[in-house]
Amino acid sequence: MTARPKLAVWKFASCDGCQLTLLDCEDELLAIAGVIEIAYFPEATRGEVAGPYDLSLVEGSITTPHDATRIQEVRRISKTVVTIGACATAGGIQALRNWDDVDAFLSIVYAHPEYIETLETSTPISDHIAVDFELRGCPISKAQLIEVIEAFLHGRKPNVPGHSVCVECKLRGTACVMVAHGVPCLGPVTQAGCGAICPAYNRGCYGCFGPAESPNMGAMGDWWKSLGVSDADLARALRTFNGYAPEFREASEAYEQ
Amino acid sequence: MSSEREIAVDYLARVEGEGAMYLRLKDDEVLDLQFKIFEPPRFFEAFLRGRRFQEAPDITARICGICPVAYQTSACNALEDAAGVQVGGQLLALRRMLYCGEWIESHGLHVFLLHAPDFLGYESGIAMAADHLERVEAGLRLKKTGNHLMTVLGGREIHPINVRVGGFHRVPSKAELMELRSDVEWALETAIDTVDWVSGFPFPEFERDYEFVALQHPDRYAIEDGRVVSSRGLDIGVTEWNNHFEESHVPWSNALHATIKERGSYHVGPMARYSLNFEQLTPAAQAAAVGAGLGPTCTNPFQSIVVRAVEMVFACEEVLRLIDAYTPPPQPALEVPANGATGHGASEAPRGILYHRYQVDEAGLIADAQIVPPTSQNQLSIEDDLRSFVPQYSQLDDEQLQWQLEQAIRNYDPCISCATHFLDLTVERE
Repeated sequence: MTARPKLAVWKFASCDGCQLTLLDCEDELLAIAGVIEIAYFPEATRGEVAGPYDLSLVEGSITTPHDATRIQEVRRISKTVVTIGACATAGGIQALRNWDDVDAFLSIVYAHPEYIETLETSTPISDHIAVDFELRGCPISKAQLIEVIEAFLHGRKPNVPGHSVCVECKLRGTACVMVAHGVPCLGPVTQAGCGAICPAYNRGCYGCFGPAESPNMGAMGDWWKSLGVSDADLARALRTFNGYAPEFREASEAYEQ
Repeated sequence: MSSEREIAVDYLARVEGEGAMYLRLKDDEVLDLQFKIFEPPRFFEAFLRGRRFQEAPDITARICGICPVAYQTSACNALEDAAGVQVGGQLLALRRMLYCGEWIESHGLHVFLLHAPDFLGYESGIAMAADHLERVEAGLRLKKTGNHLMTVLGGREIHPINVRVGGFHRVPSKAELMELRSDVEWALETAIDTVDWVSGFPFPEFERDYEFVALQHPDRYAIEDGRVVSSRGLDIGVTEWNNHFEESHVPWSNALHATIKERGSYHVGPMARYSLNFEQLTPAAQAAAVGAGLGPTCTNPFQSIVVRAVEMVFACEEVLRLIDAYTPPPQPALEVPANGATGHGASEAPRGILYHRYQVDEAGLIADAQIVPPTSQNQLSIEDDLRSFVPQYSQLDDEQLQWQLEQAIRNYDPCISCATHFLDLTVERE
């Protein structure tokens, strides 16, 4: 029997939802475990096979000095590093601290801030190490995760399109909520991948998958303003799970002034 | 000859989030014991300040990928309480159905992939599949049924997009729900079979006299709302939470330790719900429990796996009842005004009570937030379990003892990612 490639799943600051996506592949999980050795995945197994690893999936952002060191070790022992989800690719919702004073946050949350070791910022994995591929989403899509694993097994580039959610609405046959119903929607600037679920459920996209390729932030903002949205609310809408992704960050900072 | 030994687990497996355990003992005497949570803090309560109250369900869902509906529901309850709005009728029924989906998904994950391997001596559910393929496949399908319910009702299983303060963005047609029926019927049979299977596992003889705390509702097995009651006579509305519970910050944990004022540690989760609300379980769930040899209360934490399976039976039966009684409500959501008030809300996450409190200003912005997740409430109970458990099993070698202690922690299905994100302003004020 030829050796299967070794998979490791790492967690940094996160909600565990993206690694749970792997366990949520109920129909595929046992087949995946047949072609790839799940060597390190603490959420699923107490067994541990020593590195190096062929494929490392990294969930979560870097928020502590200890994690800033640990991610270097992950890179050192991994052939391929794929970040999974908004925390790992953009810093996550916890990156809201990047616009604030972390000491104030600490004293709001903890009686003894001195017990807590934390960095001033929450940053994506690619700020710390070279990353081979970034999978977007809060949470990631099951289908895209399986595509990434398959692409890795066949040594090809994952087929994960960079176009906007608008394309998915058209494919799904959903009428544009912004044009037809006047509902503010981040779809035009957000990367596809979720299947355009929000507009199909009568609400505007709220940007879980982060910026699409070359988003036209200005045109989107003008639409929102024409619907009566204030600059402060525009800034809020852009500052959620992917708020620290460069395109969203720059736009929200402009609306804040 | 007496000898001192140390057992340290640096990274607990098969739990959600980053935790560790440290034990120092001499013979059967515990010298030091810590259940540590080193999951990095993410400061949700801090950055919720200044956000629109309507954003709270989507934002707080991100505290936990395993139980987002619990966060969304407790947030909605608290913000509706602040506005003086009460969601009822079919909107409430949909909320309960969505929540049952989460219970099936979360309990299915824990029973089959995280907890059963301990009893049968496997390192993971995947390793267990080599010898118990049919069981693992059935477990995955059961879990998938829960996820599918969440997808239809919530838009997706992790961080559903359809929940809003006051109700939903879109409500399903009767036909959409009827399509789910046959899957749920299959899940009900499988869950009944699961109760029987797990009740045959070898359980250590270990009982503790817990103070159980759970929500209780006069009309139904409490999930999405209710009063806070305990096995030692506590019976309060959710708004009184901070008068009876408090939290403290210990150096070895990034999650605050919650206690009942004057009495100390308490226990939340499936065993507490089961023991306090047994009478309200559906007939099939009660029958499965009795068939499994459980009494009307359960105080052996290792048997929590049986109780979770019983709750899956209950959740499936409840979903079938709700589907049959469903007619689409006239509006997907009630209007919820901003009126500058404070609101409290709680619901039964798969792991136990989840309490939220928000103060909303006149402009509809959150001025203050407090979130008390179940695992932070169970931290002391977990440590107490370990402390009483060790002397009984100190004759085991280090490796076996370590596995037993890990299992004792996994009894609680701890969600460490959740536990690390809350504060208690009560402590600061005192």
